[in-house]
Amino acid sequence: MLNLYTRRRIVNAVGLAISMLAMAFGLFWLCWILWALLEHGLPALTPVVFAQMTPPPGSSGGLLNAIAGSLAMTLVGTLIGTPIGILAGTYLAEFGQRGWLAPVTRFINDVLLSAPSIVIGLFVYEIYVIRVKHFSGWAGALALSIIVIPIVIRTTENMLRLVPTTLREAAAALGAPQWKIINFITLRAARAGIITGVMLAIARISGETAPLLFTALNNQFWSSDMDQPMANLPVVIFQFAMSPYEDWQKLAWAGALLITLSVLTLNILARVLFRQKSASH
Amino acid sequence: MPTFLREASLKRHTILDLLFRNLTRVSAFGVLVLLAAIIGSLIIGSMPTIRAFGFGFLVSPDWDPVGERFGALIPIIGTLVTSAIALTIAIPVSFGIALFLTELSPRLLRRPLGIAIELLAGIPSIIYGMWGLFVFAPLFADHIEPWINDHIGTMPYIGPFFSGPPMGIGMLTAGIILAIMVIPFIASVMRDVFEVVPTLLKESAYGLGATTWEVMWKVVLPYTRIGVVGGIMLGLGRALGETMAITFVIGNSHELSKSLLMPGNSIASALANEFTEAYGDLYTSALIELGLILFFITFVVLSLARYMLFKLGKREGQVT
Repeated sequence: MLNLYTRRRIVNAVGLAISMLAMAFGLFWLCWILWALLEHGLPALTPVVFAQMTPPPGSSGGLLNAIAGSLAMTLVGTLIGTPIGILAGTYLAEFGQRGWLAPVTRFINDVLLSAPSIVIGLFVYEIYVIRVKHFSGWAGALALSIIVIPIVIRTTENMLRLVPTTLREAAAALGAPQWKIINFITLRAARAGIITGVMLAIARISGETAPLLFTALNNQFWSSDMDQPMANLPVVIFQFAMSPYEDWQKLAWAGALLITLSVLTLNILARVLFRQKSASH
Repeated sequence: MPTFLREASLKRHTILDLLFRNLTRVSAFGVLVLLAAIIGSLIIGSMPTIRAFGFGFLVSPDWDPVGERFGALIPIIGTLVTSAIALTIAIPVSFGIALFLTELSPRLLRRPLGIAIELLAGIPSIIYGMWGLFVFAPLFADHIEPWINDHIGTMPYIGPFFSGPPMGIGMLTAGIILAIMVIPFIASVMRDVFEVVPTLLKESAYGLGATTWEVMWKVVLPYTRIGVVGGIMLGLGRALGETMAITFVIGNSHELSKSLLMPGNSIASALANEFTEAYGDLYTSALIELGLILFFITFVVLSLARYMLFKLGKREGQVT
């Protein structure tokens, strides 16, 4: 009996020790990646990076056009994707009790949520880039917006479902029509959560590279015309990091550090914001 | 308010209601249209290769842009092998992390540690790729691959899979980096499904004298089995479609080789590397068909994942 007991205790101790090791293993990679980014990125992150255009190999330069291009495409992508996502999410949460559309949409949306982003790039290439016969910033923004939509739909639906039904019933009892209830009561009550979702979506697309490869491509010069190929941070990082030139690789590290810092900041901000909101309830 | 005015306002609101409802419905319908458009455009785009090679495309190892002979076998194998390596590493680690976060961690640390793991998921994949190429691959080539060659590479049966020049880039490196990327996805789904286990069930087991490990292994895991498998499939879906992290370290070679230490290719990395440089209709179309195959595989895997998680959710609703 004692034997069995001891054996169970040993199995338990070993299992729990392995679990702790697994946790340490996960954190180890996070720390290592962040450390490598800081180690290589910080020395390369000079004011010049923000002031000059991407250089040809062998001369000095910065990432200004890439940063601007990334910001522009992320902004447009979010502006296109967010309203569609919020409307569709509202349908799922508020009108989706009956019929076939809501369950099917929910399912498809969940699949699209983790669909490979490179396929989205191919899709935009097929329907847009081929038609207009050139790569462009608009195409990049379009591809990004397709990634934004499922994320916003999911969070909008989840957040609207958290709004208590009594709130809707109270408004309905006062005689408010449904469009007013949704727009002025429920969507407003779920606002913080939805903003969180949009922030997470921005964080996701600002690091996306694959869908931009075939849509926005790249541009070595300053471009404020979204109808032209547009420089953007992820693709510049990809090209520069794969190149044999040392000064290009340095710039790639600086860009990588910039992207990671902004993405992680957005992620943390979104969580803090949502936590405050849910704590106040 | 006079009656006729009230009626007018009522009518106006009914119309606005209708408008609003249909606006949201059209948006929801748009998601379905989007999916149909993605599949449709990929099929149309890959028509030339489908016509030229038929089903032979799926099993042919050829990839010869000059001679215009294409086959998807090598990228498909590369995608499957790297994902398999990733899951082999990621499943036990994710289980350990989820166990730690639900049962072992001090309450105070639970949230920050959970966020840290989720941050790992937030890091863009291109960063993993760059880190893999510049930091991980050289270390791997200098210290780990020689060891693998000497110790595992000499074993019977599995030896040939683990011997080769220590280059740092290759299928094994790609698989390991993929594992790091999918660990947070699988771990956070596992943590979430472990948390739906009724406390009563766990407490009963503890009350009978079970150890933490036994509660986990014999109560929590059987209860959440479907959800755990769903989470793993979700991670698999991610791993299959991952592009940038793999493109940096897989070596992009269209050669079939037995050894995992040799460079290979995956569907996504072939697309990322070759699409903008593809010339000729057939080459482009072959790459688009690769994309179609990738979308099809991930679609099936992700659908299964969602279905399983959905089933667990339903059961959770019934058992109270």
